[in-house]
Amino acid sequence: MKEIRFHGRGGQGAVIASNILANAAFLEGKDVQAFPFFGVERRGAPVTAFTRLDEKPIRIKYFIYNPNYVIVLDESLLKAVDVTAGLKDPGIVVVNSKRTPEEMELSQYKVATVDATSIALDNGLGSKVSPIVNTVMLGAFSIATSVIKLESILESIPGQVPIKAEENTKACKTAAEKIVLHW
Amino acid sequence: MDRPRKDERPDYKTWKDIPLTPVCNFTTIKGNPTGGWRTFRPIVDMDKCIKCGICWQDCPDAAIVWEEDHPVWLYSHCKGCGICARECPSDAIEMELEVKI
Amino acid sequence: MSTKKVISGNYTASYASMLCRAEVVPAYPITPQTTIVEKIAEFVASGQMKAQYINVESEHSAMAACISAALTGVRTFTATSAHGLVLMHEMLHWAAGARTPVIMANINRALAPPWNVWADHTDSMSQRDTGWIQIYCSSNQEVLDTLILCYKVCEQPDIMLPAMVNLDAFILSHTSEVVDVPDQKEVDDFLPQFNPEIKLDVDEPLSFGTLAFPSSWYMEWRYKIQHAHDLAAKRLVEEAKAFEKHFGRPWGGLIEEYRSKDAEIILVTMSTIASTTKDVVDSLRDQGRDVGLVRIKSFRPFPTKDLREALGHAKVVGVADRSHTFGNEGPLFTEVKGALYNHDRRPPLVGFTVGIGGRDVLGSTIEGLYDHLEKVADGEAYKEVRWIDLIGDEEEVV
Ligand code: SF4
Ligand code: SF4
Repeated sequence: MKEIRFHGRGGQGAVIASNILANAAFLEGKDVQAFPFFGVERRGAPVTAFTRLDEKPIRIKYFIYNPNYVIVLDESLLKAVDVTAGLKDPGIVVVNSKRTPEEMELSQYKVATVDATSIALDNGLGSKVSPIVNTVMLGAFSIATSVIKLESILESIPGQVPIKAEENTKACKTAAEKIVLHW
Repeated sequence: MDRPRKDERPDYKTWKDIPLTPVCNFTTIKGNPTGGWRTFRPIVDMDKCIKCGICWQDCPDAAIVWEEDHPVWLYSHCKGCGICARECPSDAIEMELEVKI
Repeated sequence: MSTKKVISGNYTASYASMLCRAEVVPAYPITPQTTIVEKIAEFVASGQMKAQYINVESEHSAMAACISAALTGVRTFTATSAHGLVLMHEMLHWAAGARTPVIMANINRALAPPWNVWADHTDSMSQRDTGWIQIYCSSNQEVLDTLILCYKVCEQPDIMLPAMVNLDAFILSHTSEVVDVPDQKEVDDFLPQFNPEIKLDVDEPLSFGTLAFPSSWYMEWRYKIQHAHDLAAKRLVEEAKAFEKHFGRPWGGLIEEYRSKDAEIILVTMSTIASTTKDVVDSLRDQGRDVGLVRIKSFRPFPTKDLREALGHAKVVGVADRSHTFGNEGPLFTEVKGALYNHDRRPPLVGFTVGIGGRDVLGSTIEGLYDHLEKVADGEAYKEVRWIDLIGDEEEVV
């Protein structure tokens, strides 16, 4: 079983990202679960979402406390939230950032980065104040880990994003090319 | 269970006979003259009546019928609730104590 | 052809109501039910679903509208949760008494104060005596299947009861899982049109909701509700077999026995806690521990006979309740004890009040319950009712 945690801010699409990933894994024949942190939502507030995938039917129905992977959609969250809490060893952290793991004080983890904000804006996803980076981060995630194929992510984007399916698909592919693996 | 026939007295012998849905096939107006419950009787002053139909519309027991262009009270069923008198826009209805009448 | 979709429990309920061709949907939004009715409103607006969606001013009105619509002979659906459900309370009695097969999804959520929007069964447990069939689901697939099955059973002329299909707040309502969604034809072939024998008809008027006297027929009408529940217990199992034949997926029975037939220590529970428990049972079995699970799916009708057969052989039985009857114990615990009392084999029973207000029930939480039951089986003195995971201190015996 693989467990993935998404950290974003309300409006950035973390919950949809958890669903796209689940759907992509389902296309690969896995059983899946995707759920938001069961909270009371507000735009701009930190948001957490989760995806679980397994070869076998998933029967457990509780939170994810020890994810294998963490995806951080907004770099500023590094200061506000303990994004690596409970992360399994060896876990991978995928961050939307131009900085190095050292600069982000994440050097004890396997870190992959991508400038998702620029890629999103280049493709007209969201606005400067609130870029929508969810599909971009999933493109990066598929390269950083061997959990999911990029094609599966691309296939499940159109059914899951409310608008701009083509732009999202293109941005996702770009992220897969531009990702930096710091290991 | 068949749908009970309108206004036909059913002959139920056991719980098996009664319809699943609790319904009564006697409409109140036919099977149960409620005029005897009345303490006050509505009496209309036809000179004041403007024939608006509000009393006819508001009577909860359908005890007012419309004949040609004016209301007529069915005292066999009027319960004397006083709604018609309260709602009449021209104060054409007085509630009188039955014993006096 | 069915399609597999990755969808939330709430959307699953929306799809089910569309596939079952609910014609009138009166609903009032409440967290965490809202997305069910949002989706239905979308289906109706786009013309995909041919139904009258009614915006009502409260849940009480929602149920009143369902009852009235059902009395005209149309299929109804609504959904609610927590405070919405308890506001419906009076009308729930009415729906069952008037024998209207209203089908409702209820998202099991805690009651305030303090405010809490998370999983808890107090809302539906406190509707126990309203005459509704109550089924508790442990996966999104089961939500879909149960809704279809409930329409099939509840609309039968000798049943005519309303049914509440319960799913845990967030754990199912907002969690996406793989759901095999049948196509319209498959559902149409399974579910006949609703055509009640007695309905509102202007040409053949009847008075509905009349008076019945102590001397004649009130008590008989009440007995008929019990009789219908007795029939429903059988019919659910029979129709589940037909369901399996038609859709190629089992629904099972009123209870589900998981590795319990040869187990000495059995935990009885419902809903999503039961799903997690299966993994726990497997891992404890791997360690050679003698444990099993009995999941209650139908709380009303209550599966007394099934439970006697499933639990009689156990050395000890634990019952985990996600709700509590204040002044006593967990309601499921009371009922399971009651079911076994007149049975010749009566294992000791322990009640666990657990996961209240959405407190997460982990695999380790359930393992703790089995540890506790093993000690009871070994003859250790025990408290009959335990509140699990109280912060800081255990419950106090006064
Ligand atoms: S007194 Fe009441 S029952 Fe009688 S006619 Fe007036 S409204 Fe109807
Ligand atoms: S409400 Fe008054 S004025 Fe109007 S029809 Fe009745 S008696 Fe006449």
